[in-house]
Amino acid sequence: MERLAVLRTAPPSAIFGMVMVTLYILVAFFAPLIAPFGESEIVGGAYEPWGEEFLLGTDTVGRDMFTRLIYGARNTIGVAFVTTFLAFIVGGIAGLLAAAMGGIADQLLSRLVDVLMAIPSLIFKLLLLTIFGTSIVNMVLIIALIDSTRVFRLTRSVAMDIVVMDYIEAARLRGEKLPRLIFREILPNATAPLLAEFGLRFCFVFLAISALSFLGLGIQPPTADWGSMVRENAALISFGDITPLLPAAAIGVLTVSVNFIVDWMLHRSSGLKD
Amino acid sequence: MADSDLLLSIRNLGIEGRSETGWSEIVKGINLDLHRGEVLGLIGESGAGKSTVGLAAMGYVRDGCRISDGEILFDGQDLRKSSRENLRKLRGRRIAYVAQSAAASFNPSKKLLDQYCEGPVLHHVMRRAEAERDAIDLYRRIQLPDPETIGFRYPHEVSGGQLQRAMTAMAMSCRPDLIIFDEPTTALDVTTQIEVLSAIRDIVQQFGTAAIYITHDLAVVAQMADRIKVLLKGREVEEAPARQMLEAPQEDYTKSLWAVRSLSRGTPPPVPGSRKPALEVENVTAAYGPTVVLRDVSISLPPGRTLSVVGESGSGKSTLARVITGLLPPRTGTVRINGQEMPPAYRARTIDQLRNVQMIYQMADTALNPRQRIRELIGRPAALYLGLRGQKLEARVRELLEMIELDPDKYIDRRPSELSGGQKQRIGIARALAAEPKLIICDEVTSALDQLVAEGILKLLDRLQRNLGIAYMFITHDIETVRAISDDVVVMKDGRVVEAGPRDEIFSPPHHPYTELLLSSVPEMDTEWLTRRLETREKDKPDVNRD
Repeated sequence: MERLAVLRTAPPSAIFGMVMVTLYILVAFFAPLIAPFGESEIVGGAYEPWGEEFLLGTDTVGRDMFTRLIYGARNTIGVAFVTTFLAFIVGGIAGLLAAAMGGIADQLLSRLVDVLMAIPSLIFKLLLLTIFGTSIVNMVLIIALIDSTRVFRLTRSVAMDIVVMDYIEAARLRGEKLPRLIFREILPNATAPLLAEFGLRFCFVFLAISALSFLGLGIQPPTADWGSMVRENAALISFGDITPLLPAAAIGVLTVSVNFIVDWMLHRSSGLKD
Repeated sequence: MADSDLLLSIRNLGIEGRSETGWSEIVKGINLDLHRGEVLGLIGESGAGKSTVGLAAMGYVRDGCRISDGEILFDGQDLRKSSRENLRKLRGRRIAYVAQSAAASFNPSKKLLDQYCEGPVLHHVMRRAEAERDAIDLYRRIQLPDPETIGFRYPHEVSGGQLQRAMTAMAMSCRPDLIIFDEPTTALDVTTQIEVLSAIRDIVQQFGTAAIYITHDLAVVAQMADRIKVLLKGREVEEAPARQMLEAPQEDYTKSLWAVRSLSRGTPPPVPGSRKPALEVENVTAAYGPTVVLRDVSISLPPGRTLSVVGESGSGKSTLARVITGLLPPRTGTVRINGQEMPPAYRARTIDQLRNVQMIYQMADTALNPRQRIRELIGRPAALYLGLRGQKLEARVRELLEMIELDPDKYIDRRPSELSGGQKQRIGIARALAAEPKLIICDEVTSALDQLVAEGILKLLDRLQRNLGIAYMFITHDIETVRAISDDVVVMKDGRVVEAGPRDEIFSPPHHPYTELLLSSVPEMDTEWLTRRLETREKDKPDVNRD
């Protein structure tokens, strides 16, 4: 009940964001039911125009564009979510540890992160992918590792503000062990900014995957993916056909929607602090 | 007084604040008249609306508030109907405001003199060069040291008391008709407070400025105000000339405020069986890096008694607590609890050693994890130290809640944000009790609370001590609290113990000179106290005039 009442106070932008994100999730879940054809099924000639049979036409090898857009939601969002989640587990725990332990542990972790962050992230990702080979698992692990450094920075700074509170001192003096200190005393007070960061980080990861796919190093064909769909059909643009922009728009709308929700959550959490 | 003398007249003022359910009243039906050169004291507990009324006198309300009713006539013009432009011209120029925390109100990255000159130059009262000369003159009048050069310092380079005086000088820069002082000395030590009070009083008298003086400290307002108005929950309780208000308050609420200061207690019964001191600190020297903050400190506290550690900020009293709890391992010296020597660092202490020393903090807000419910806050120490689980734990938590006079059914599932300040502090006490310790360190536990609430907390602590035989170490700068609750007193200054002994000995002459200064700086409920105090000080010790 309490949660529902909160939803009613959401501004229009956040409501738009929530509706869109829900839509994306539904599409991702029920892709096989919604899509008229199979994911990589060749159903017609190359570059068929929009029409009755192929709603948004077909691509370079004659696969239905609409079908691939729907499956793309499933693949790209799914991979991005798993990656972001991993980045949060690694970066979040490391950040909390650094803040709670302080001293040498904090120094070691922070300097390691500094080193990783010193290398431009896209180039670093490309480099690692070339070394370890392009596969979805590798890509997920590499993006997760590199993005976890950003999560670490944020978690550490949020946790630092909490660690100086008297209730943390009280918990330390009570003799609480590190895991309880981190998960029961610090983490519950850091959830609001971390959730917001999760939304933002999800967008960055999503864009990174699309970018890598566009460059041919991300999700590999024939798996449908928005980033690679843009690349494969890019040639159409020169004929005045906007079809290749559709997957790009799908990426854009999702990113904007998530940001709307995050903005609202940040506003709420900062307002509640007073 | 003639009506032409009337500077500010507030009629039937109502102010509303926005809450989740709509607008709710925070101030209602306030009438207030202020003549030129008059000082009105506005007193009340926190939430009484005194700051809100003070700000309304400038035609200003905080975010989320609105003036819903009444009129505010300043020198004949209604501030409610005034344009923003007009209000901007008045504020700073004819009405000035001095905030509670000068340290937080000054811009930290600009020099004092630059900030002084902003107002007069902006309002075209003076040119920059004139304003600078004027600043030096006012700095001198308000008895700041080195008036010629102090303006070239940044706010962090001067002490708190000096900063508060510099802010008063700044408020005076445009020679306003009215200054609103919002708790200007609340954050200061008593010996500093006296300097600031006398400076404010002098300068207000010299320029014949009218003032509204907002405070919760009756003794302070008695020194400053011609008339006193008492507020409670946004409404007026009574108003009278200062002397009459002190000698013969009419309303019950006012009387209860006056009575709080008379709390006292007898010696608690000795704790049977145990002879060993609950706490012994021997020759402790401690430092933060190269800065030595405690020098050869030794104190001792018998079981079931209360030892007060008194001193001003920077005297090392809180550091002493950190040494005892093991947060700051000392360079040399030992800490013994119940006769047992403690490892210097808390990490090296056993769970039972940790259990024996508990802390109650000054700010209950930051001492209780806001995401935990009362059940967990109080239950955790009982579960950790005594291994209580399930039904036994629940029963213990309920028992503890009853001990601190909170209804278990009503409060056990609440979060700290759903409690009042006094209730939060009670939860802090219950959490300390749950560990069944030998010693509780109370770090300024009442200084953030209103007087009536603070009295309730002190009475509760006293009753618990009699029943449970726990020793208290009270860290405080409030002499009244010390007088009320302690068996023994330790006076600290600059990291050293300057005087120690039973309460009655410390509070009766002959005093150590520093104890004397400390005791004599505590304002008394007498309108003439400050005047007398300043006179005797002029005679005795011309050199104390410093921060």
